[in-house]
Amino acid sequence: MTKRIVILGGGTGGTLVANRLHRHYRHRRAGFDQVEITVVDRDDHHMYQPGLLFVPFGLASRSEIVRPRRAQLQQGIEFIETGIDRVDTVADTVYLENGRELSYDLLVIATGAQLAFDETEGLTGPGWNERVFTFYDLAGAMGLETALAEFEGGRLVVNVVDLPIKCPVAPLEFCFLADWYFTERGIRDKVEITYATPLDGAFTKPVASSTLTALLEEKGIHLVTEFNTGSVEMDDDGMSGRLVGYDGREVPFDLAAIIPLHSGADYVGRSEGLGDDLNFVPTDKATLQTLAKPNIFAIGDATNVPASKAGSVTHFEGEVLVENIIRFLEHRELDSTFDGHANCFIETGFGKALLIDFNYETEPLTGHFPTAVGMPLLKESRMNHLGKLMFQWVYWHALLQGRDIPGIGADMPTAGKHIQSKEEATV
Amino acid sequence: MSTATFAGTPVEVNDEGFFVDPTQWTKEIAIELAAADGIAELTSQHWQVLEFMRKEYFEKGTGPTVRVLGKTSGVSVKDLYLLFPKGPAKMAARIAGIPKPKGCI
Repeated sequence: MTKRIVILGGGTGGTLVANRLHRHYRHRRAGFDQVEITVVDRDDHHMYQPGLLFVPFGLASRSEIVRPRRAQLQQGIEFIETGIDRVDTVADTVYLENGRELSYDLLVIATGAQLAFDETEGLTGPGWNERVFTFYDLAGAMGLETALAEFEGGRLVVNVVDLPIKCPVAPLEFCFLADWYFTERGIRDKVEITYATPLDGAFTKPVASSTLTALLEEKGIHLVTEFNTGSVEMDDDGMSGRLVGYDGREVPFDLAAIIPLHSGADYVGRSEGLGDDLNFVPTDKATLQTLAKPNIFAIGDATNVPASKAGSVTHFEGEVLVENIIRFLEHRELDSTFDGHANCFIETGFGKALLIDFNYETEPLTGHFPTAVGMPLLKESRMNHLGKLMFQWVYWHALLQGRDIPGIGADMPTAGKHIQSKEEATV
Repeated sequence: MSTATFAGTPVEVNDEGFFVDPTQWTKEIAIELAAADGIAELTSQHWQVLEFMRKEYFEKGTGPTVRVLGKTSGVSVKDLYLLFPKGPAKMAARIAGIPKPKGCI
């Protein structure tokens, strides 16, 4: 019998799961269940999303970070390029925008998160893509590159509207790179950089938050905390504006880089019983099976699991997810071992970067990764910066192909970490 | 972590004053906490938000963010700030006797 696996989304999660499953099932002999794998995405542009951070500073271009989705999928995996209308979880069928219907034995939701611009009043009004940008999509990042190049001084504001967002450290990295960029241009003293966040510090986890808050201070970047952006308002001259918080506080800017509220994909909202209020898919955080139905699994930014919305998390989830899909199709008990492992480089400018490594239970700590001899954690170093640059190669050639990366497994390593006490390490 | 006494009841709270055990909460305690935070009287709209936050906490393991609260509690974000001027998610969570909302990681 042939089992049909449909994967919605051909990004990081969808691609690596498709390739891992394909590798597992391709040598099946007659007499065993055969598997057909179909990936659906609305376009054929696979973007290396960590590259977006570098575009505004002229450090990466479109051609370097975008490749065809099809080309990342192994031969034998079907790719359908169309939007998704909705999923009927009762009939085990996906309705596509091109009119086709796909029935499935097992469904994987891997459609990520999208930017909900409309949730912030005035964000895309006057000044949008002129003085107000986002670098969380390619068009915005490219527009910001021009705006930064023409910027001769004034107030640059970086603002996170609300959490969760993809890559929660990227807005901080943007601040650090802006500090470096204007220093290189010799006008750092003419630029005031402000980071406005809804959090009560630079980051969510205490040890990393204090390190990053100190780093902002060291670089002369102002920090505005517990700021919930209600609206973006431009001044009459159209050259400057203000972020207005729900509590009435205002943050004035000459140039703003905004990270809008995120939501799940629209079709999730059109599919009864699949998503939550923001169209993220309620998912078991240890098995990655959705709460909607046992034959629907989810991976990456599309889920509501309490882990970072980051490629590294998606990569680690992939191992557990594929194991569970195989077990599910064989009617075996699921493996509940996903621990929320995340691993992120934080670019800090001037050719240096920090590295953080954490999971559901353990916050980012100091020490070395993955063992006592390795990359320094929570500490600026040149080695971490080189690691970040090298990662783009690893992404295209190993991670998407579903190959294990030597020394970096799904379970968070503890060997090189400074864990003082259980209470301190647990958040 | 320390023990504080509200409305005559000893309660475990963390360094920021959030409840460690939400089952220790009572309505009398909420009234006292609100008064200490400058809310003289808890209106029916306040209670609607507080009860919604507790329900979300017990269902999902964490209190909602301001934005989710605005979408799902039946009270708009603007009104939430009028009700809880010091920031709805945190202030309401403290008065509702649930741990500080995690927001995100």
